[in-house]
Amino acid sequence: MLDAKIPDGPMAEKWTRHKFNMKLVNPANKRKFNVIVVGTGLAGASAAASLSEMGYHVKSFCFQDSPRRAHSIAAQGGINAAKNYPNDGDSVHRLFYDTVKGGDYRSREANVHRLAEVSVNIIDQCVAQGVPFAREYGGYLDNRSFGGAQVSRTFYARGQTGQQLLLGAYSALMKESARGNVELFTRREMLDLIVVEGRTVGIVTRNLITGQIESHTADAVILATGGYGNVFYLSTNAMGSNVTAAWRAHRRGAYFANPCYTQIHPTCIPVHGDFQSKLTLMSESLRNDGRIWVPRNEGDTRRPSEIPEEERNYYLEEKYPSFGNLVPRDVASRNAKEWCDKGFGVGATKTAVYLDFRDAIARDGEDTIRAKYGNLFDMYERIVDDNPYQTPMMIYPAVHYTMGGLWVDYNLMSNLDGLHVLGEANFSDHGANRLGASALMQGLADGYFVIPYTLGDYIAKAGPAGIGTDHPEVKRVEEEVTGRIDKLVNSKGKKTVDEFHRELGLIMWDKCGMARNEAGLKEALQKIPELRAEFHENVNVTGSPGTFNQVLERAGRVSDFLEFSEVMVRDALHRGESCGGHFREESQTDEGEAKRNDDEYCHVSAWEFNGVDKEPTLHKEPLTFEEVALTQRSYK
Amino acid sequence: MAGNTINVTLKVWRQADKNARGAFASYSVKNISTDASFLEMLDVVNTGLEKEDKDPIVFDHDCREGICGMCGAVVNGVAHGPQSATTLCQLHMRKFKDGETIVLEPWRSAAFPVIKDLAVDRTAFDRIIEAGGFISVKTGQAPDAHAVAVPKIKADAAMDAASCIGCGACVAACPNASASLFTAAKVTQFAKLPQGDPERRSRVVAMVEQMDHEGFGSCSKHYECEAACPKEIKVENITNMNREYMRALVTRD
Ligand SMILES: Cc1cc2nc3c(=O)[nH]c(=O)nc-3n(C[C@H](O)[C@H](O)[C@H](O)COP(=O)(O)OP(=O)(O)OC[C@H]3O[C@@H](n4cnc5c(N)ncnc54)[C@H](O)[C@@H]3O)c2cc1C
Ligand code: SF4
Ligand code: FES
Repeated sequence: MLDAKIPDGPMAEKWTRHKFNMKLVNPANKRKFNVIVVGTGLAGASAAASLSEMGYHVKSFCFQDSPRRAHSIAAQGGINAAKNYPNDGDSVHRLFYDTVKGGDYRSREANVHRLAEVSVNIIDQCVAQGVPFAREYGGYLDNRSFGGAQVSRTFYARGQTGQQLLLGAYSALMKESARGNVELFTRREMLDLIVVEGRTVGIVTRNLITGQIESHTADAVILATGGYGNVFYLSTNAMGSNVTAAWRAHRRGAYFANPCYTQIHPTCIPVHGDFQSKLTLMSESLRNDGRIWVPRNEGDTRRPSEIPEEERNYYLEEKYPSFGNLVPRDVASRNAKEWCDKGFGVGATKTAVYLDFRDAIARDGEDTIRAKYGNLFDMYERIVDDNPYQTPMMIYPAVHYTMGGLWVDYNLMSNLDGLHVLGEANFSDHGANRLGASALMQGLADGYFVIPYTLGDYIAKAGPAGIGTDHPEVKRVEEEVTGRIDKLVNSKGKKTVDEFHRELGLIMWDKCGMARNEAGLKEALQKIPELRAEFHENVNVTGSPGTFNQVLERAGRVSDFLEFSEVMVRDALHRGESCGGHFREESQTDEGEAKRNDDEYCHVSAWEFNGVDKEPTLHKEPLTFEEVALTQRSYK
Repeated sequence: MAGNTINVTLKVWRQADKNARGAFASYSVKNISTDASFLEMLDVVNTGLEKEDKDPIVFDHDCREGICGMCGAVVNGVAHGPQSATTLCQLHMRKFKDGETIVLEPWRSAAFPVIKDLAVDRTAFDRIIEAGGFISVKTGQAPDAHAVAVPKIKADAAMDAASCIGCGACVAACPNASASLFTAAKVTQFAKLPQGDPERRSRVVAMVEQMDHEGFGSCSKHYECEAACPKEIKVENITNMNREYMRALVTRD
């Protein structure tokens, strides 16, 4: 049985009580302990900086050339916090409630409550670091409503919130590095985890410039390595985002929870060619003013401006009169797909819908719209070469975020002793669907305000690990890593790494994307192992392993995606209900909405690795809802 | 979306490692879609090289959205290429003519040694930040975010400066390879905010000293940096940094 270690007591007091009950490490002793933090995104950088400030010695790793470039930098829209500065009825309880409901009742209540509690401290911390949040004329912070929330609780820094928050966390990290208490290891990729007698004691990395395989041991390891959206090849994630760190930990025994929960964001620039390398998100805030429509006539090829009002189908406004264009992401995405599948899509590929600002511009004037969305309109024009002030934008859903991740308990520790997982890499807080502006909140909550406490409790109880890099297990894992690299390099096949990645992406998008069904998932379970086998026989990794070799980097990541994708599909197949971002065609309401099955699936599915071509074992963590009553989500 | 294709010739700087002597290599790129981004064009070239079992061109990139600051190269003599306020990853092939020859080089600066091909070592920027590009507040020490009001005009100015992505184009564009624009942007961000005040003087001194120590040149007001900067960071920041620096020399924190 999986024990989530949820503290006793009323929901609103659990975290406070737990903080009191946790063991502390004597200040003088902290410096004797070493902590490895993999990842320098919001979660990793905030954790590394905070732990170092407390006195632990920290080693921080990322694969980019600087910690400041982690994928968190790309977040646009904002960060939620229950400050209630606008006096519009927000509270910790409401943020908690909205998050549980938005996650379609598949998250752990106690974690979500803690997240809502510490959300307020995050804003304080960031302001003190010099994060230039948007302000009103009076000098106080501005808030906006985001992603359909009925209160304005989102803080933002123009369209660059992730950048500013990350630069704040990065500056804190560099401050600690200057003190010599954080050691930075950039252009390093974690390729394996070292577990000795059930305790996680280190990692094996590859120096991406020299190719050197290196090991690092410590008293605890933290993974904050982001999400696995790139399993679909095309996504809004940065090119380097990968599942390798999480997958390698999984192979060493860490359970992977709810891998099938992926979020497809409704407003992205559509695919336009087979050379396409990634998809670009257009912030969700656009739906506050843009109206989404397709032509009423199938296959209408007229220019949008020539289509009269009565021949436009504003399908979200018609179907969901109260939420209209602001329905949650999963609902907006599925409806776009539905109309395109029926043949009403627009643009050259017929897989796009219009996001039209005509009426907003007529109402508020072009200047107002420019002031709100100028950056985004410019970005759209740079990519698509079309002026969205004059012609509607074309958008289509794209893979954006992954709610699944390594299983963690309330202390953010996985089932492996000493292995902690933060940020998008864990599974804990967003259930089956994440609300807008909540990922940044979770990353920083985990790093600044949760792990500094819970890691201390672990260290106080577990004591020093006492494993050096000369330990035989360390050498054994290093050899395995070298062996895997040699195998990739020696394959000398005919196809490029990217060709395999694209093929995998297509399988995942078709069979395990916005809508899933049993037959399709079973087909994917057939195809993935075939593709994986072909990969190992027929991939061509040019160059040598002892150099700066970007083909080899990608080969390793794709190799892991080819294994991981299978458990993702298996999880989607096992979960015979629809919930949040996981839509099983077999389980829908009469109106075509996601239909949960609480009797059978009100649990976290945590998978245990048994070998690559073996079925994983399913462990269930039952979910109980004390505070928020289980109901069918409705946005009508 | 025009959907046209063009042919171009690429002359790319190839250098095996830091110590190797580099040289230009030519590649002809056929039928590339004008809707492809510059980096997607490089992907196509690299796929071709991989198919011939040759070493593809190494270039840094990650977000491909113009925000991580990882990409960058000198295109026909211009850092990040011909489109203003645009990173290399956001540049599209429609900005080039059919039959054009495109010369592609890494950032050139003693403080940014080439690692391989187009990838350079920009860790000097991290060390400048390490010298003082932060506010010394520990997690948990912060007062309520509304404890101090910050005039909107100052917050906006701080945000303008804070949008620097640390790409290094300013250094690459500068005849002296000065890192002044990068450093000044960070100095200005914190100088505009009350939270940055306690360390205002020591910060600017430490950062400027580190910048010199790394071997970046000094600013002689060519202002090529501003023209190359994909985030339109203004040279006024440099004037501001110089003022802050002079003031700090007189009265330290
Ligand atoms: C375009 C876009 C816009 C978004 N907008 C918003 C928004 O407005 N609001 C919001 O709340 N959320 C938003 N999100 C989601 C949010 O940005 C992410 O979920 C969040 O930033 C993830 O942070 P993280 O710290 O968990 O991981 P990341 O920021 O992804 O960092 C991962 C880190 O791990 C390192 N790493 C990974 N693998 C390895 C390895 N094997 N070895 C060594 N290092 C490794 C990387 O180098 C990096 O430092 C957006 C996401 C995208 C894609
Ligand atoms: S100032 Fe501009 S050019 Fe220089 S590093 Fe910053 S964003 Fe790049
Ligand atoms: S790849 Fe991130 S800015 Fe160009």
